[in-house]
Amino acid sequence: MEVILQNLTKKYPSRGKKLREDVIAVNDLTIHIPDGKLMGLLGPSGCGKSTTLNLISGLQKPTGGKIIFGDQEVTYLPPESRGIGLVFQNYALYPHLTVKQNILFPLENLKGKSRLFKTEMLKKACEAAALVQIEDLMDRKPGELSGGQQQRVAIARALVKMPGVLLLDEPLSNLDARLRLQTREEIRRIQKETKITTIFVTHDQEEAMSISDLIAVMNAGVVQQTGSPQDVYDNPDNLFVARFLGTPPINVFEGQVKNGTLYIGGDPVLDLVHAGGGLSEGAFGQVYAAVRPEGFILSENGPLACRLSGVEVMGRDITVVSTNKASLAPKVRAVISAERQADVSGPLVRFSLRPAKVFLFDKNTEKRIPFQAAIRQQIGACHETHL
Amino acid sequence: MKPTFSHLKSWLYLLPAVLFLGAFMVYPLIDVIIYSFEEGYNSASQTYFGIGFYNYSYVLHDPYFLQAVKNTFILVVITVPLSTVIALLISAGLNSIQPLHEIFQVIYFLPYVTNTLAVGLVFMILFKKTPYSEGLINLIIRWFGGKTVDFMDGPYWAKMFVLCFYTVWSVMPFKILILTSALASVNPDYYSAARVDGTSKLRTFMRITLPLISPMIFYLIITGFIGAFKAYSDVVALFGTDLNAAGMNTIVGYVYDMLYGDSGGYPSYAAAAAMILFAIVLTVTCINLLISSRKFAVKN
Repeated sequence: MEVILQNLTKKYPSRGKKLREDVIAVNDLTIHIPDGKLMGLLGPSGCGKSTTLNLISGLQKPTGGKIIFGDQEVTYLPPESRGIGLVFQNYALYPHLTVKQNILFPLENLKGKSRLFKTEMLKKACEAAALVQIEDLMDRKPGELSGGQQQRVAIARALVKMPGVLLLDEPLSNLDARLRLQTREEIRRIQKETKITTIFVTHDQEEAMSISDLIAVMNAGVVQQTGSPQDVYDNPDNLFVARFLGTPPINVFEGQVKNGTLYIGGDPVLDLVHAGGGLSEGAFGQVYAAVRPEGFILSENGPLACRLSGVEVMGRDITVVSTNKASLAPKVRAVISAERQADVSGPLVRFSLRPAKVFLFDKNTEKRIPFQAAIRQQIGACHETHL
Repeated sequence: MKPTFSHLKSWLYLLPAVLFLGAFMVYPLIDVIIYSFEEGYNSASQTYFGIGFYNYSYVLHDPYFLQAVKNTFILVVITVPLSTVIALLISAGLNSIQPLHEIFQVIYFLPYVTNTLAVGLVFMILFKKTPYSEGLINLIIRWFGGKTVDFMDGPYWAKMFVLCFYTVWSVMPFKILILTSALASVNPDYYSAARVDGTSKLRTFMRITLPLISPMIFYLIITGFIGAFKAYSDVVALFGTDLNAAGMNTIVGYVYDMLYGDSGGYPSYAAAAAMILFAIVLTVTCINLLISSRKFAVKN
């Protein structure tokens, strides 16, 4: 089922006596989720993503805006009439009921025409259990299951009524690292098998990027950017999105654009042929220059000089850790493929930059400033990669 | 470190507690058991004739004791379930109303902190027939055209009604306190999950809330049973000290009478009666624990 959120707003009346203003948890949020897609709602804690999920589920009522499922507006419908399945962060499995009873619970609530016979209920519960592969745990109590198994039971319970929309609140946050990898693939598989439109909330960008068809990055109750994970990563709209996505995080420098050249700490790093935001040739401006860790290329006569502070060998690749006065963070992290013999003996390392991995942001608005790099620089970069 | 020394030290720290518990709990307990088997014990000369079950036999054949057992059982069977159910309903109600929540909580907790004498006065106004008034309840009965009843000196059922009413009323605050905190400790996510699944209010209460707070309910039932079996002071407050004459004696009342009452001076009979009470309470508690651990075991 297609899900559309239109100008969704949620305000809480302020509790304190000093602050009279309402707290705006979700501010004018508009998202469109196509049918059968997996959407990751991503943001730091307190950005309003869980509130958004509660609004979609109907557990909370919005202050303004609309929620539309398919061709039906559900903004003011109670949760049970929306046809949703919800998986709670702590799973909220009833501890006194067995796995089977937990999964049966939503079915037993059906009344009137939709009421099923006992055998049908059992059949549906078994199907849901089979989908998440917990058939052999049906007679256990939740307290006797591991975290990952509890998660599966919670998903089975949410899916047993075949909801139009499946909502997951921080589904992986209670699992250990290994289980997290496994479970996120599991969620993806279940979603693909059932083709249920799924929205999940997370603060972990890796989690969201890895399994989502679409991600929406939120901050302070406002959607910053929506798109496919790769697209948002490659083309961040603003500095927040650029910083929030990617591990290690993007390196942000104080930069200047002078006569069509981008300078970082006095080093001319890129020639800009065409830049927006009034930074065209001859113009001068202070900007934030953000470079993805994979955007650095070690080269002996590269334009950007940094003071080396260490090398972290990860096996597949090497992280060159260095310092630069113009960097906002104390360390600059550059990820280099381990196959290349990196010469990192001297006190200084020199990098050239891949233009596609460099983003410029306005210093005041933190909005993206589009630019095109000069050909010379790009050829140089290509040469470097083949060395 | 010498282990003996550190052991000595720890015993030294325990000494005050051990002394007090030993002198006032363990010794009397053992003494009661011994008394209950000493036949024909004379407290003046501190002598007895022999050892056996005569004291038990006497007590079990004493019509006053049988009356006391009957009264106690009626009291227990009526008040424990009734007070628990009412307390549960009130707590559930308290939990679901947000405005005035605190005021209601205070009102329901008042009996717990009210002076017993004041409570006695209230019950006199409610039930006692005096030369000047018939009592509020009788006034209401008359209002509806019923026949007035002497609750304090009248028929057995009327007296039992007053006793049960008083007991339920006086144990309510503690039960409400325990149950409201138990209800508040239930994770609200369970209710959210139930709402998403379209669970009716009643079903949510019966299938989710009740099992989740069942350990607390069982605690209240067990302590309620024990408390009701030990009923005495309430009965005295309502019906005076001559409980046998009023036909309202309880087991503890019987024990007290045997020791200090008009017919007092029979510590052996008192001890035997106390041991019988102990056996009854132990049995009931064991049955309770058995049921609770079998039926509502919440593993977490």
